[in-house]
Amino acid sequence: MSNLREDPILEAYLTETTQLVEQLEEIILVCEEARGFSEDMIHEIFRIMHTIKGSSAMMHFTNIATLAHALEDLFSFMRNHPQQEFEWSTLSDLMLEGVDFTKLELCKIKNGDAPDGDESDLIRRVKRILESLERGELNPIPQAPLSRHYKAHFFFTEDCGMENVRAYQIVHQLKEMVEEYRHHPDNILDELAADVIRTHGFQLWLKTDKLYDEVYSLLSNTSYLRQLELFLTDSMAEQQAEEGSAAENEVCHDNKQTAEKQHPSRDKEAVPNTSRHQGKTINVNVHKLDELMDLVGELVIAEAMVTQNTDLIGLELEQFQKASRHLQKITKEIQDKVMEIRMVPLVMSFQRMQRVVRDMSKELGKDVQIKMVGEHTEVDKNIIEHISDPIMHLVRNAIDHGIETVEDRVAAGKPETGVLTLEAQNIGGEVLIIVRDDGRGLDKARILQKAREHGLIHKPEADMTDRDIYNLIFLPGFSTKEAITEYSGRGVGMDVVVQNIAAVGGTVSVDSTPGQGATFTIKIPLTLAIIDGMNVRVGESKYTIPTTSIDSSFRPNERDIITDPHGNEMIMVRGNVYPIIRLHERYRVETNITRIVDGILIMVEQDGHRTCVFVDELLGQQQVVVKALPAYIRSFHSIEGISGCTLLGDGEISLILDVQGLLNMK
Amino acid sequence: MKNVTDMQKDIESYEEDSQKDKYLTFMLDDECYGLEIRYVTEIIGIQKITPVPEMPDFVRGIINLRGKIIPVMDVRLRFRKPFQPYMDRTCIIVVDIHEICIGLIVDRVAEVITIPESEVVSPPDVQKRGNRFVMGIGKVGQEVKLLLDCEKLLNDHEVEQLHANT
Repeated sequence: MSNLREDPILEAYLTETTQLVEQLEEIILVCEEARGFSEDMIHEIFRIMHTIKGSSAMMHFTNIATLAHALEDLFSFMRNHPQQEFEWSTLSDLMLEGVDFTKLELCKIKNGDAPDGDESDLIRRVKRILESLERGELNPIPQAPLSRHYKAHFFFTEDCGMENVRAYQIVHQLKEMVEEYRHHPDNILDELAADVIRTHGFQLWLKTDKLYDEVYSLLSNTSYLRQLELFLTDSMAEQQAEEGSAAENEVCHDNKQTAEKQHPSRDKEAVPNTSRHQGKTINVNVHKLDELMDLVGELVIAEAMVTQNTDLIGLELEQFQKASRHLQKITKEIQDKVMEIRMVPLVMSFQRMQRVVRDMSKELGKDVQIKMVGEHTEVDKNIIEHISDPIMHLVRNAIDHGIETVEDRVAAGKPETGVLTLEAQNIGGEVLIIVRDDGRGLDKARILQKAREHGLIHKPEADMTDRDIYNLIFLPGFSTKEAITEYSGRGVGMDVVVQNIAAVGGTVSVDSTPGQGATFTIKIPLTLAIIDGMNVRVGESKYTIPTTSIDSSFRPNERDIITDPHGNEMIMVRGNVYPIIRLHERYRVETNITRIVDGILIMVEQDGHRTCVFVDELLGQQQVVVKALPAYIRSFHSIEGISGCTLLGDGEISLILDVQGLLNMK
Repeated sequence: MKNVTDMQKDIESYEEDSQKDKYLTFMLDDECYGLEIRYVTEIIGIQKITPVPEMPDFVRGIINLRGKIIPVMDVRLRFRKPFQPYMDRTCIIVVDIHEICIGLIVDRVAEVITIPESEVVSPPDVQKRGNRFVMGIGKVGQEVKLLLDCEKLLNDHEVEQLHANT
């Protein structure tokens, strides 16, 4: 990784190429769904392959570049022969293999290894397809044999650098489709050529059977292109003449003027798409965002230190108050913006599943269709990283164990195609991610039997609801499928999913209807970095309870308090009895307030379980920046019921209570 | 590129040299202890400590060091000496041991001294528990300084943990 930081060009290459490859994968999957490649898609794929080829060649990752080149050739052919019939499914399989290959190589580069994968087999297959396409061309396009002469004049954006290499890319890309070509300057691999191109542009003469528009659009795909002039010339003779004069660097200017006269409208269009996009998004390292987040957190505290400074007590400072209110407003806005920056839509994670579904259903001979709902729901970047694997696991499980084979489905009177729904929705401060399949559902009897075998049942079976039984599958050491397939059931079961999700403060639950499918629901907090919290005091210590888990807080009445024979205290609220947790006892904090009626009870709720937490007093509600406890503290053991800490306005530290953990403490 | 890394190495080795054999000494009761200076980040006065539940007694809690939250350890309690209330002479020595930042609470900080390697002897092989944190004894004139093994101070808490479990 250190390697990466030192080389911004490599980092940019990796980010860009990774994005392109993902985009490519998405397009192929869309095409596959549509059972064919539309013209737009072919153009898009061509453009992507072209960019990957160019940048990979520039970075000297030859295997990626050659593969991209081969695929580009293939799509260039398809683009130019839209009438040509082809077998889309073999093609998309091959493309996906190419995608996988490139991904693997990128991964190697990321880890600092050399990209040493062997692309020759893939290329051979691409070539074979291309050849068969060419052979299969029964009706050659009539105007094809008519060769034309073109002259193209390129100008690159001023600061693009390495003009000669870019020119080389153009030439290289043209080689395949033109019959003859020559260019000025001649030796573009020479460093000096870069200067000439920078000042006078790059000139190219070519002879090809392509139409003007085709050539134009191909050439205008060049990156960092500022201006492109392309016109038809009559013969090679003119080329010679022009070349001669251009070599003296005199006529260039005149040429440009005539060109502008000839195609004034073209020039404006020549601005490549890429530069238009560049202004809109930038890629930022997440670590930088984390740092920014920390700084903003400190800013919020510093602001509170200034505006609530004890030196100000008793002073009437109208102007100061005004100014500090303004400051508060701005800091709040900065905080919101930083949070917003960190939010990314789930769509990427979901789309990755499309591929999984496709590969698995092919492999297992099942017909599965993926449906996505609410994929634009946004979640904190850090959380996304933690939930991709669990979602993948659930999806694999659903296809492997949930959805039946086509024959079974028909026998059960269901439609042949199984539907896997990925759904995301935003509820309060939480995001629900639902993985639903319409397969056979969970087998209650088998789950019970298995749980019994492993001694996982701790309460009378008669008392267990269906939901309780289904949720047994999340216990460690539980795995229902005996046969191990490639995709799931490798001994690591659902408990891993639960652990991963719990690491970001989320929960997983399952429900199922036999014969109709199963629904897995992942509940995760919207963000880890900032939460709305209620600050409370117990003795000298301060705690913060996430507002999302608070139901209500109240001053209890003596007569509502019940103590059972074991000394457990409970309280009756609106006809229901809830246990009381005394924080000062739980965490051994010294306090003067030990009678329940002297303090405050806060009713907290998590997953339908409620309990009352007893504290000295409420301090107020506030947005707090969540910080992890220091590693040294965590190295002893995880403290049940405390998920982290935060800094309060006065610089004091408050411990953040984890309601789930509190409820689990017995 | 090579030159820059070389220079960096030079600087690093120079810094290492300048810190070699230097110790920050502090007092617990009448005993004088030394810490290798390369671990020390800064020294701050005692400040409000937020206790963290379920920690061994020598981990007093966490403090807010300019927005960074770091744990603090009472070295007296670590050495099984009786607790003494904190006063204005009480100091927190902030050390950074392999990226782990921690504050050490000591009675008072004395000085920075140089003890050449030749003046350091290994501790006598006494079975006493407190001794396992001492990696050497430095002689400065007539006095002796107990030189602490910072890493053990942090990591060697198996004994306490066993104790806590039983």
